[in-house]
Amino acid sequence: MKKELNTNEFIKIILSICENVEKEKDYLSELDRATGDGDHGVTMSIGWSAVKEKITTLDDNLTFDKICMQIASSFLSAVGASAGPLYATALMRGGAKLKDLSVINSSHIADFFEAAANGIQERGKANLGDKTMLDVWLPTAKKIKDISTNTDDIIEILEKGSFKANESMLSTKEMLSKKGRSSKLGERSKGHIDPGAASSALIFRTFYETTQNL
Amino acid sequence: MFNGHMAFKKIINDPYQVIDEMVEGIVLAHSDLLKFANNNKRAVVRKDAPIKDKVGVLIGGGSGHEPAFLGYVGKGLADGAAIGNVFASPSPDPIVDATKAINGGKGVVYMYGNYAGDIMNFDMAAEMCQMEDIPVKTVLVTDDIASAPLENKSERRGVAGDFYVFKIAGAAADMGMELEDVCRLSEKANDMTISMGVALGPCSLPHTLEPSFILEDNEMEIGLGIHGEAGVRKGPLQSADEITTELMDKILNEMDGSKKVSVLINGLGSTPLMELYIMYRKTFEILNKNQIEIHSSFVGEYVTSLEMNGASITLMKLDEELQPLLERETLCSMFRV
Repeated sequence: MKKELNTNEFIKIILSICENVEKEKDYLSELDRATGDGDHGVTMSIGWSAVKEKITTLDDNLTFDKICMQIASSFLSAVGASAGPLYATALMRGGAKLKDLSVINSSHIADFFEAAANGIQERGKANLGDKTMLDVWLPTAKKIKDISTNTDDIIEILEKGSFKANESMLSTKEMLSKKGRSSKLGERSKGHIDPGAASSALIFRTFYETTQNL
Repeated sequence: MFNGHMAFKKIINDPYQVIDEMVEGIVLAHSDLLKFANNNKRAVVRKDAPIKDKVGVLIGGGSGHEPAFLGYVGKGLADGAAIGNVFASPSPDPIVDATKAINGGKGVVYMYGNYAGDIMNFDMAAEMCQMEDIPVKTVLVTDDIASAPLENKSERRGVAGDFYVFKIAGAAADMGMELEDVCRLSEKANDMTISMGVALGPCSLPHTLEPSFILEDNEMEIGLGIHGEAGVRKGPLQSADEITTELMDKILNEMDGSKKVSVLINGLGSTPLMELYIMYRKTFEILNKNQIEIHSSFVGEYVTSLEMNGASITLMKLDEELQPLLERETLCSMFRV
């Protein structure tokens, strides 16, 4: 049972994301080679490495929104690509919901992910079912929101969220791509997990696993 | 791995430094023509930028397509280029830096191939520049007829047609036209430019050294994109004349009665000029047979895909408005027109 998360713990989660992305980068690139240009793992690795570097230089006592803004801008500057604007927008919009806070609870976390998912939708202009990272973010954010009305245990909401994210990621396998480079493949885009969905599920999983072990 | 008999070898130091090191090399080699904008190594502009009272033409995209996009920076072509990682859009930072460096007071037009990542980053940059009162317009290149049917032209990818569309925009801006006119002519150039390509072998990212796609020894893929995106069909490798005929059949379907064209036979990275000229020979014959006049021809590497083996054919249909713009002199680092 865990009811609150502070900024130091949040930074630990971010560092775990950096580590896990580094571990999974080859897998993410492999997924991307099937339907895109094969660079998603590389892009994520470059972006989260920049985040890792930035985090070590952050001032102490920054609030959640400031930390999110710093992470977002270092990620975006380092990568561009599609992942840059999408993840950076998610972090900025999510962070804006945590203005001036240095401790957050389960309903803040639900608001964070809801705003992040909406930010991704607005930036990428994708719809649900287009076989993109949005197919993980929207259902997962909704799940987290729903669960947070019943419990204030952060670990429980992140566990259910992580489960939903994984299930949603797997569901992209049978979808027909309607957005991005893979959309030109038509039927041939079926049978492959979307790499953006995979990196998103990895982030939700890392959020849960790291929080559980704090 | 690739059939067990082909390893990707590259002359590099560190895969994560390839872009910075390449750009440094380019600016050192062509220091008479190029400089960095705001010391940003991902933003390269004309040495004499900004040109007062001239619309700025900013192009960009991922790296790995050299001479696109850096090589197109120069008089009569682009004023600046924003450079991304390999096959990945530049972030908004270099786009904003380059925009400020080339704004001569008449605004800036962003031109790039139609890819989701590029659109998001350039749009974010455009919003930031507009907040600083720099007018920014965007023209997307959508010339790859293999990527969507004609009725969905706006969904098509940009490939080697970049060359013609950027050329027209650069010439229009060089002649002192206003932002609206530069955009109108660029859009017209895009409407008039059609491409289709073939790939015989993959490229590999410096970071992974894995093939971007797999083709069997005797296979080719028609309609493949410049980042290794799968094409419209795979089939047995055919002769140069057969390949050229298949590509030209598709291209001629969209000629709309035009009787004069410029021809670009573009190599994707490792296809020898020998093969490109063999394709040109057949293209010439087909155009002749269809009584289409060839105004000018470009054969070589203009938009590449690292070491991909393959080529594309691009035609730009010409009229009285576009022809003089195409003919206008340019001076950029990697080629002359």
